Amino acid sequence: MSENRIPALEVKHITKRFPGVVANDDVNLTLYKGEILALLGENGAGKSTLMNIIYGLYKPTEGEIYVNGKKAEMHNPKDAIALGIGMVHQHFQLVPVMTVAENIMLGAESVKKNGLLDIKKVAREITELSHRYHLDVDPYATVEDLPVGVQQRVEIIKALYREAEILILDEPTAVLTPQEIEGLFEIMKRLQKQGKSIIFISHKLKEVLYISDRIVVLRNGKVVGETTPAEATQEKLAAMMVGREVILTVDKKPARPGDVVLEVKNLRAKSDLGDEALRGVSFQVREGEILGVAGVQGNGQTELVEVITSLKKAEGGQVIINGEDMTNASPRAITQKGQSSHVPEDRHAYGMVATYSVADNLVLNTYNLPPFAKGITVNRPAIIEHAEKLIQEFDVRTPSPHTMAGSLSGGNQQKMVVAREFSRPIKLLIAAQPTRGIDVGSIEFIHNQIVAKRDEGVAVLLVSSELDEIMSLSDRIAVMYKGEIIDIVPREEATRENIGLLMAGVKRGEKVSVTG
Amino acid sequence: MSSPTRFKKTSLIALAVAMVLIIVGIVVNLLPIPDNSMWRVLFGVSTLNFTLRATIPLALGAMAGILCERTGIINIGIEGMMLAGAFAGFVAKVATNDWPLMASLLVGVAAALVAGAAMGYIHALFSIKFKMDQIISGTFLILLAGGLTSYLFNPDSVAEGKFSPIAIPLLSKIPVIGDIFFNNPPITYAAFIIVIALHIGLFHTKWGLRSRAAGEHPRAADTVGINVNFYRYLNTTLGGMVAGLAGGFLVLEAVGQFQEGMTAGRGFISLAAMIFGNWMPFGALGAATLFGYTQGVQNALLLAGVVNIPRHFISMLPYLVTIIAVAGFVGRVRPPAAEGKVYETEGSSE
Repeated sequence: MSENRIPALEVKHITKRFPGVVANDDVNLTLYKGEILALLGENGAGKSTLMNIIYGLYKPTEGEIYVNGKKAEMHNPKDAIALGIGMVHQHFQLVPVMTVAENIMLGAESVKKNGLLDIKKVAREITELSHRYHLDVDPYATVEDLPVGVQQRVEIIKALYREAEILILDEPTAVLTPQEIEGLFEIMKRLQKQGKSIIFISHKLKEVLYISDRIVVLRNGKVVGETTPAEATQEKLAAMMVGREVILTVDKKPARPGDVVLEVKNLRAKSDLGDEALRGVSFQVREGEILGVAGVQGNGQTELVEVITSLKKAEGGQVIINGEDMTNASPRAITQKGQSSHVPEDRHAYGMVATYSVADNLVLNTYNLPPFAKGITVNRPAIIEHAEKLIQEFDVRTPSPHTMAGSLSGGNQQKMVVAREFSRPIKLLIAAQPTRGIDVGSIEFIHNQIVAKRDEGVAVLLVSSELDEIMSLSDRIAVMYKGEIIDIVPREEATRENIGLLMAGVKRGEKVSVTG
Repeated sequence: MSSPTRFKKTSLIALAVAMVLIIVGIVVNLLPIPDNSMWRVLFGVSTLNFTLRATIPLALGAMAGILCERTGIINIGIEGMMLAGAFAGFVAKVATNDWPLMASLLVGVAAALVAGAAMGYIHALFSIKFKMDQIISGTFLILLAGGLTSYLFNPDSVAEGKFSPIAIPLLSKIPVIGDIFFNNPPITYAAFIIVIALHIGLFHTKWGLRSRAAGEHPRAADTVGINVNFYRYLNTTLGGMVAGLAGGFLVLEAVGQFQEGMTAGRGFISLAAMIFGNWMPFGALGAATLFGYTQGVQNALLLAGVVNIPRHFISMLPYLVTIIAVAGFVGRVRPPAAEGKVYETEGSSE
């Protein structure tokens, strides 16, 4: 691998201060030629800041960067690109309405003698690159029409097109399906074989252990340790990241299911694009049990949750909550009459108002009820008191209840949403992707809260595309495939393999096709 | 190729309208239809000539809007930019009245361009440097131009002469088409060249690719080393120049004099043409032609007096068509995604 150990990139004593925050504190880091270095850390640990410094987007307050042994002066991304550094950003930096070729050549355009863009030449070069690295992509496709995984490939080709030798992948797996993640890892290994050096940023322990040669852990802006996959375990890495012991497995007693709380009968609905997203879904969730809904993203899980919570209209079938038909009732009726809670998949769109304070966000669905409402006015002191209590109870790290919710880190925003939804007396909890994009410490906390709700007798519908999450929390596992529940498996009978096959549409007892 | 086909439709509709007009015009004028027939009134050479004259300032205004908005700067101030261009052109023309006519007119054009560019630069400065709301900044330009020109205007001054038509050899001999398109004064030709150049520029050059990226996803442009705000300053200033030229057209080519508030809402109709044409140069030209045609018809109907409708209703026609077109199509177009948003980088603010 990296026996000869030539440093490709050295970061020396980098400190970055933002007003009031030290994002990077005397960070030292070496990336050797041809290695995959994992940079692990919780949200807000300073990983992205450090990478933005390396890529010339931020200027360090102190410290130096060396590329191939030479001190690098970087004032903007142009300088970094010239030094052979390429970055695949967490949020893709692609222009959706432009073609793949236009996006790739942007800033490094090929121009014909007459001054016009030479799209054909660029397309040829892209095809060449995609053959060499097995990165299949059509240069003439429009980016917004491409699936996320392919868009990521475009980003990688964009860096390779600029002859990047050092690739920074900032949380590249956060937006991918399990299959796409595997594809990405193959690509990374192939790039490594061709001599590229890669910095892989993640907070997912399994991925880091699987793909990297070396792991550097960042916490509160400082490097707190370095290890290799051979020496490390998930537990050790988690402890390094969080700074304390983290229990990764969820400790839970067997479920004691009671009466049916949520019943869904033959539910049908269309997706936003107009195609059939739910094709007759039926199941029940009882008091004191967690029904996990597994499936590859885009098989109707989003629509299922939206229809149950009345964010989307059912085209057919019934949603029965506590014995009452609540099909297409108002969202408020579902939350108040149905005594249900919803932790939405997209917390920015449905879970919170980013420009409201934490305190206001915590009463978003109870502000009209006493004690928060007094006649037609709101009762400020009660809202603040309520917020202070929940902030403490749910460990939401915020400077004050008056802080704007949008300025919190992703993990703390999610804890805020969870605090609001879990603190009401409820019978039904609908949690969609409750731990997406948040760090290990917060995941542990939210998982324990979900199990605690179950033990109080709440019926829990858990939708997640993280198979590990489904496996560790659910009492029964429903697998969705193409808008149907293909099977419901009791937890004792579920294995990663048989659930994985169901997710790919293969029913139990069916023969596995080779191409599947 | 550059933008997804599903968003191109409206610009094609607008273009189709223009094509239909031309074709019907040719047919009507070649057939032996009597002069007083409705067909002649609606599609006669004089109506179509008037249409072209009404279209040019709208098309130029729309190109000015496209230039700014494609890089992400909303420009509702076209009306003001036009008016400033018209007034500057007029002042320069009056000041050089005793020069040879052509030289004097060209000085007028130069003044219109400079005044427009200055207005564009002010808009860019307010929008980018001072992070002012771009709608407010545009409104300010309209009020500024309106107030300043009427304050400074001396109704006694007279501009002597205006641009006269230049017949293009051979092409102007083509029946009907030659009469309409190839026997025009210079700014009319320039307007067509600007439309074509803008289309090629936006979709087939480095400048255009970078400009569009700045308007769609400025951060993506920034991360590949493109100076987003440079392109925004540049294009907003260029847009101001083109709007200034539209004003210059009114004074130096169409009317020959300045009148208070002479742009009379053309800047706003240009905006409508830009939207209806889906921020595409040819689409906007088509839309401008449609709006220009309604003015041509309005004019022809009033002159011919063939219809028994009060003239006020006929005068409403251009505005009515604008409202219907924009209301009916606005949901089906897609503006540049980053339009109106200030782009700031941590790197640039330090």
